[in-house]
Amino acid sequence: MRRALATILGLLPAVSAPALAQEWDFSGTLGAEARYFTQVPEWPGQTSRRFYGSFSFEGRGSFGWNGGADEIAVAPFLRWSPNGDGRSHADLREAYWRHLGEGWSLTVGVDKVFWGVAESRNPVDIVNQDDVLEDIGGSEKLGQPMLRLGLFGDSWAVDAFVLPGFRPREYPTVGARLASPIPIGPPVYTGPNGRGNVDFALRFSASAGSWDIGLSAFAGTSREPVLVPAGAGLVPRYDRITQFGLDAQYTAGDWLWKLEAITRSGQGPRFEAVTAGFEKNFYGIGGGGGDLALLAEINYDGREKVLSLATYFDKDLFLGARYSLGDIGSTTFQAGALFDRDSDSRVLKVEAQRRFGEEWVLEFTGQFLSSTNGNDLVALLRKEDYLSLVLKRSF
Amino acid sequence: MKRILLVLFGFVIPGLVAVAPVRASAQDAAARGLEIAREADRRDSGWKDARVSLTMILQDRKGNTRERKLRMMMLEVPGETGGDKSIAIFDSPPDLKGTVLLTHAKVGADDDQWLFLPSLKRVKRISSSNKTGAFFGSEFTYEDIAAPEVGKFTYRYLGKEPCAGQTCYKVERKPKYRNSGYSAIVSWFDTAQYRPQRMDYYDRKGRLLKVLTLSGYRKYGRLWRAQVLTMKNLKTGRTTILKYGPWKFGTGLSAADFSKANLRNIR
Repeated sequence: MRRALATILGLLPAVSAPALAQEWDFSGTLGAEARYFTQVPEWPGQTSRRFYGSFSFEGRGSFGWNGGADEIAVAPFLRWSPNGDGRSHADLREAYWRHLGEGWSLTVGVDKVFWGVAESRNPVDIVNQDDVLEDIGGSEKLGQPMLRLGLFGDSWAVDAFVLPGFRPREYPTVGARLASPIPIGPPVYTGPNGRGNVDFALRFSASAGSWDIGLSAFAGTSREPVLVPAGAGLVPRYDRITQFGLDAQYTAGDWLWKLEAITRSGQGPRFEAVTAGFEKNFYGIGGGGGDLALLAEINYDGREKVLSLATYFDKDLFLGARYSLGDIGSTTFQAGALFDRDSDSRVLKVEAQRRFGEEWVLEFTGQFLSSTNGNDLVALLRKEDYLSLVLKRSF
Repeated sequence: MKRILLVLFGFVIPGLVAVAPVRASAQDAAARGLEIAREADRRDSGWKDARVSLTMILQDRKGNTRERKLRMMMLEVPGETGGDKSIAIFDSPPDLKGTVLLTHAKVGADDDQWLFLPSLKRVKRISSSNKTGAFFGSEFTYEDIAAPEVGKFTYRYLGKEPCAGQTCYKVERKPKYRNSGYSAIVSWFDTAQYRPQRMDYYDRKGRLLKVLTLSGYRKYGRLWRAQVLTMKNLKTGRTTILKYGPWKFGTGLSAADFSKANLRNIR
């Protein structure tokens, strides 16, 4: 740390950069989306509109100097949805300065951090808040302000995080599609500092032979709220939690074995959550360059079912498949299904993607939720199935 | 010392360390083939580390083309037990920009490979037992670009032939490992410098599947590098051309630069 500070202050010469850095760099993607909801909405007050159009922009500009040892990057995200489905929002995914030394790095600003190995759910991944307006499945994240110090060797890394500036979840407004029928009020926070609490996280990761392992700890405001009934609505309550996590992957030829496990205290009684499973790859399908991957994962979440809206991963089985054609357009197909053990709640998602020319990508997504006797998020959104077509142009 | 991404290097036949000069013996074709492979490898070791930019041009049967731009960094790990390390950074097409593939080659085992996905900031350990899959939609399979050590093949010397305006040794090699897409690969090395000039890939049924030609050799110190590699698939009619920029050797890269933890820092 002392050396890090000294370098920042210019007392030590910057070390030579390992990366082949270019100085200015700009890139971005413009997207146009057409969404069609296949069913009439279930809840009173919901709009009966079936077609929605929206536009997105994701850009990244960076400047590197000192031969790439220093970098400033800014990556804004914009979603404009003029048809009143409540998805319009803007976010800074990245806005940081990063210094890279020999075996260490320092990041100051807003950035994204991913922890984990699994596909259906990543219980250990806790640094960034979910961008629920983009994906209720949590695959898109909001930028998180941070101070990050990383130390790394040939096969290990330690990262320490100071995380000020908590980001609460943004929910679609009542009446919009994919919105909760019960109004969700402004968030409340437990703990003396409220939203202003500064969170801390630490992660150690290592690779040895076929193993990739991560151990993590987090102390601060939970990214997942507990939705507490209050009056006619729900209030998201963000508790102060302590969480320890383990993620591991064992890569044995074309089999990938995956495990993520956490234990969390501070949000009701202490509970554990586990995601475990495998991915099996088949290569050169049909004598060509096609690849097929089959995935299976189980999800367990032991949290108190005060209101099971908080998670629909309590006891679930995930089955998935991914097929890449290996063609000039990089065509891929993906399908994943999540089955709840205690109810008949199901989530099915199918995706396809193809590149046209150098800059255009066409994406298809279908998301189908079904439940007749469930008491969870899936049951609330069971009439919110949609098909979506996105045309993206990258530059 | 096992080399990785050999085709991307411009050299194709792998081997172990130094050997006696090639003797003029037609009696033991297997031993002779092995010697040629080893000599080609000996002439290409000791490069320490390297950086190069390249353009990958994918061409379909109708002549439609797609371009991909990559930068590569490589680290030679000396000794017979150490596998080399490499990083491939994608600059285009724009939706792949910032994607990084890190490979730690392993002697006598599957390589370790990680992929960095910039939109998610996710580092994924991926399976490297993929031998016959296409490398990013090209006519090169992972097997072609991640050539294994000399012990994984049996060799047969097939004689001298004119090739590329020179005289070449013609050597056949057959994979001993499982899951190969090929029954045999026939290579032509020029007799003056032991540089591969052409390779014919035969499918598992023994039919000629692909032809690779290496051209525009340029000398860097004592090392030779082909500037253009053309892989033509006779079955699909598709062609992949790799065009290399200038190579830089001994640029001071270290093992930490090729660590999984450093993947997110690579630009």
